[in-house]
Amino acid sequence: MANESYDAIVVGSGISGGWAAKELTEKGLKVLMLERGPDVKHIKDYKTATTPPWEVPHRGRDTQQQIADHPNLKRDYVLNELNLDWWAHEDESPYVEEKPFTWFRGYQVGGRSLLWGRQSYRWSDIDFEGNAKEGVAVDWPIRYKDIAPWYSYVEKFIGVSGSKDGLDVLPDGEFMPPMPMNCVEEDGAAKIKEHYKGARTWTIGRPANITEPLPGRPGCQYRSKCSLGCPFGGYFSTQASTLPAAEATGNLTLRPWSIVRRLIYDKDTKKATGVEVVDGQTNETIEYNAKIVFLCASAFNSTAILMRTATDVWPGGLGSSSGELGHNVMDHHFRLGARGSMEGYEDKYYFGRRPTGLYIPRFRNVHGDKRDYLRGFGYQGGASRSGWTRDVAELNFGAPMKDALTQPGPWGMGITAFGEILPYHENTIKFSDTVVDKWGMEALVMNAEIKDNEIKMRKDMMSDAAEMLEVAGFKDIQEYDAGYTFGQGIHEMGTARMGRDPKTSVLNGNNQVWEAKNVFVTDGACMTSASAVNPSLTYMALTARAAAFAVDELNKQNL
Amino acid sequence: MTMNRRDALKSVMVMMGGTMIGATAIMTGCTPENQIEGLDFDPDDIAFLDELGDTIIPETDTPGAKATGIGSFMVMMVKDTYDGDNQKEFVDGLNKLRKDFKSANGKDFVGAPAEERLAYLNKMNEEFKASGKDRSPKVINMLRDLTVLGYFSSEIGATQALNYVETPGKFDPCMPYNKGDKAYAI
Repeated sequence: MANESYDAIVVGSGISGGWAAKELTEKGLKVLMLERGPDVKHIKDYKTATTPPWEVPHRGRDTQQQIADHPNLKRDYVLNELNLDWWAHEDESPYVEEKPFTWFRGYQVGGRSLLWGRQSYRWSDIDFEGNAKEGVAVDWPIRYKDIAPWYSYVEKFIGVSGSKDGLDVLPDGEFMPPMPMNCVEEDGAAKIKEHYKGARTWTIGRPANITEPLPGRPGCQYRSKCSLGCPFGGYFSTQASTLPAAEATGNLTLRPWSIVRRLIYDKDTKKATGVEVVDGQTNETIEYNAKIVFLCASAFNSTAILMRTATDVWPGGLGSSSGELGHNVMDHHFRLGARGSMEGYEDKYYFGRRPTGLYIPRFRNVHGDKRDYLRGFGYQGGASRSGWTRDVAELNFGAPMKDALTQPGPWGMGITAFGEILPYHENTIKFSDTVVDKWGMEALVMNAEIKDNEIKMRKDMMSDAAEMLEVAGFKDIQEYDAGYTFGQGIHEMGTARMGRDPKTSVLNGNNQVWEAKNVFVTDGACMTSASAVNPSLTYMALTARAAAFAVDELNKQNL
Repeated sequence: MTMNRRDALKSVMVMMGGTMIGATAIMTGCTPENQIEGLDFDPDDIAFLDELGDTIIPETDTPGAKATGIGSFMVMMVKDTYDGDNQKEFVDGLNKLRKDFKSANGKDFVGAPAEERLAYLNKMNEEFKASGKDRSPKVINMLRDLTVLGYFSSEIGATQALNYVETPGKFDPCMPYNKGDKAYAI
């Protein structure tokens, strides 16, 4: 029996895969979107989205059973009894930590688009030119002007709220009205602007939370329960945004429980002819054919598929002749900063739960500033009044403590730094010789660490935070460093980077695999450097750009 | 009449002058997850915890912790979320509290006047605060923590003691606050 054939196969249904499916189906291609995990239906499957606190079994605290079952998730805030189904089952999908590595994976339709932090920032030429100017790794094959129209395109579709600040390090986009700062943040921002004479900026975050309605999406209701799925389509997810658009074309077939083992590669035509899939429920092996394939399986899983492909031609897999497949693992290092308290403002409060904080764009190693490390960092944070969880040690039990806790406490603010990690060739993923997953596929071995550049940067990340809080008028300032393990930023990037030369990169400037021009990799795997800025918006823009290019090439019969 | 090991141990404890919370636990040891296997609390234990919780958060113009079933909540949290060391700390601490209160006040905690209970728990809390890094007696901090958590996240706590707004629908970044206005539940 002949394999089912499509015009295009998209592997993965998260932020990048959803965009690939939307763009390709809207351009008339018959698309098969493969998702390794179960389906999650918009709204219907957001089972805990409106659960009141008193129905949350352990009120948000981790049980010992959950900690035992999730040795990886337990390392951070992401272990949450309300959305545990949306993280990979760690027993079924093991990985090996040659060096400590935290890998938070979303294995279901929508992937981590359901769970993401929604911060949506444009990269700038300071990011795209950094490698070339500093002689780090290889040059990006694109510049801001190549991607800027695609940023606009995706921002208009997904909806990003934010303020236009005219900053070169954080270019403005097509924004919906910004979510406002509260009074403490606004006064702090004014003091920062005055003190640093504009060299540092506190601006409101730019989340993919919509402040105006979009088709089928009433918009943000200020519940700040985004990671449980939003019944109002308040934030961008595959389910709320790209999937309905792709389905509306009538050109999409979505197949959950479809784990792609490898691409089927024809060495004569130097193209992929399809994919080999293992059904996640039946273990049956199935092949599907297509003219083009988009790998959007999340950075390391897209690379793992390449590493299993065409091993008869290249033992290390498709793209390995560059010597860079599986190399240059990146993330954002963070979990440090400062916090302080603000006196006064006792007669001020707010209404609603704003699902974003402030953003403080990079100010190090730009505009004449020069440090003993390369690149820089940004901050996320915010001010609020403390609630009933605060410590009121000075009060006696009984009515005094109860009365105090039923009223808001003092104002405080914390900011957390997110720093750039350089692309180090020796930071790698590879296959384990011994460990396999539930479906018999080789587990990945993680071998990545931050180095001197990042360690030096972390000193500034903490002390600059404290300094700014002091300038902004905060008291009792405490620096903190909660420690970072690689991967915890949940911004894993690299391992199949874009470049200008097939000898040193896996993908070209259009996200095509050099050695298989009908294969496109548009998720985090493609990144040539990490920036300090959240990457998801860039994946979306690169995906839309690559999809337009792919269809153009198909029409010209070049693929 | 046969007597299982739990009953045997309990009877020993009764002979020693009191019931003992978590009696089964001591016999069966820990599960692989480092929790005390078979840890259980009987209705008397829960009634005791209800009174402890209601002393920490009493009825005022809104209901107190007992009205939210705080004893059962604490039991569930200790069984599910505490590791073995903390479970032991909690159980031993409660047994000691019960015994010491009786020694000091000449009566059981349950049934003692509210002022006596409050004074006793406040004294324990002062001791805890003064202990610095030792954080002792730890049980008083556990009781405070579980009572505050259980109460303010309960339906009574969230909707009566606090201001619960499930779907705000808008964001007002800066509005007047008058002393006494309730804080948000979430």
